[in-house]
Amino acid sequence: MAEQATWSDAEPRGGVAVQPALALHRVAKKFQAPPGTVDALAPLDLAVAAGEFVCLVGPSDCGKSTLLSLIAGLDSPTHGTIRADGRRVSGPGTDRVLLSQDAALFPWLDVQRNVEFGLRQQGMSALDRAKVARHWMGRVSLAGLERNSVHRLSAGIRQRVALARALAIDPAVLLMDEPFGALDAMTRDRLHAELQAIWAATRKTIVLVTHNTREAVALGDRVLVLSPRPGRVVAEFRIDLPRPRTLEDTALVERTRVVLRALRSGAQEEVGTP
Amino acid sequence: MRLRAVAAYTIFYAGVLGLWETVARSGPWPAHLFPGPLEVLAALVDGLRGGLFVRGALVSLYRIAFAFGVSVILGVGLGLLLGRVRLLDDTLGSLVRGLQVLPSVCWLPLALLWFGLDERAVIFVVAIGALSQITLGVKAGVQDTPPDYLRVARNLGGSGLALYTQVIFPAAKPAVLAGLKQGWVVAWRSLMAAELLFHALGLGSLLQAGRDLNDAARVMAVMLVIIALGVAVERLVFAPAERRLRERWGLADA
Repeated sequence: MAEQATWSDAEPRGGVAVQPALALHRVAKKFQAPPGTVDALAPLDLAVAAGEFVCLVGPSDCGKSTLLSLIAGLDSPTHGTIRADGRRVSGPGTDRVLLSQDAALFPWLDVQRNVEFGLRQQGMSALDRAKVARHWMGRVSLAGLERNSVHRLSAGIRQRVALARALAIDPAVLLMDEPFGALDAMTRDRLHAELQAIWAATRKTIVLVTHNTREAVALGDRVLVLSPRPGRVVAEFRIDLPRPRTLEDTALVERTRVVLRALRSGAQEEVGTP
Repeated sequence: MRLRAVAAYTIFYAGVLGLWETVARSGPWPAHLFPGPLEVLAALVDGLRGGLFVRGALVSLYRIAFAFGVSVILGVGLGLLLGRVRLLDDTLGSLVRGLQVLPSVCWLPLALLWFGLDERAVIFVVAIGALSQITLGVKAGVQDTPPDYLRVARNLGGSGLALYTQVIFPAAKPAVLAGLKQGWVVAWRSLMAAELLFHALGLGSLLQAGRDLNDAARVMAVMLVIIALGVAVERLVFAPAERRLRERWGLADA
């Protein structure tokens, strides 16, 4: 496969070997599931360059969400090490923020206070908090909703609030776990466009997990295909299509097909003959 | 729709009063034991005018405010501790759950032995009844903090005391409010029970006084005052708090 990249190709654009934003070395995870244990992740290596947008696709239950919470430091690997910006990850940190599918907004706070939450933890003054929060709310089209209760918001708006809340504390890495999985197609397209614009402007390192192959190809610099449980990387593609990309792009559809094929053969390989 | 509800409400209570009056007039019981609504109303007006009911109600309200205040302070603190410290929940928590089964008026004899015929005995009985309710409500709220909220909060830099004040406690609000409401109901009931037995001015002892005077109309009038106060606290304190919470959180109507 022409698109398949080797490890040496996975250096940052420009080809300079700097310290990766994220470096996973032989990371594996087992869960206790009496009477035995379940292998969620097979030993896995991954390097993500600073400013890179990496998408992980894989069948459900392949450990992609587990991988994100390990990187976020909300769970610890059974084996292996994870480094973020060279420092070993041993717990959650504000340099890596995880965004989940259900947004997990705080219902006792209005939209702006949700966005300010992380800033408040840093002890920032109310005035500065409001300034930063308003900037990011404007960035993700939330202007005018500052004082709304979060429960009345649609799924797409909730995702925007979660994104603004994460961006407000200026993390180096955004970890996105199926952030658009519950959205209708129109809303998802808009959020794709906004996320690409934000990424282009801020150059955050993003690791996004999805089961939607086309979404992965549309957003990522690189797409990694994981096998069924225990997850490991079975294929890797560099997507060098020009941005901004849209889902209808013929070249994009073509790439998606190639990735899908890898996803299917990876799945068969694990399941074996029926 | 609203008008229909008002109409149904009016017709229902008119029916209740009519039935009551009919039974009082034609029923098998002597009139002084089963007075009709008019006699009860007269007794109520009499009691309110004379100031006795008002003083009794104020004394009862003072007692419950004091006792309930104490149990809120202790119960919220205790509930937070039990909710976060597993060892305490397994030990002290089981004791609290056990005590919850005991009707709080059962504490009265002991309280009278400890404090004598004193206000403190009544306050103690009322406070201890509400305490276990509130403690368990707060505990449940804290234990049921959705793990997602804590995960997000930690990820965004929350730690230590801030997690309690900014996440765990606010997330527990609906359960805390439910616990407070239940605690209040228990407190009100145990106050009335204690006052029946404890002969110093209060609504409960006014009931008892009515009985001693063989004055059924007066007993019923005091019962109406007790109901009215109970409903008033529910409507003026708990209902608005619940409504606010529902509006903000989008909770389903309970």
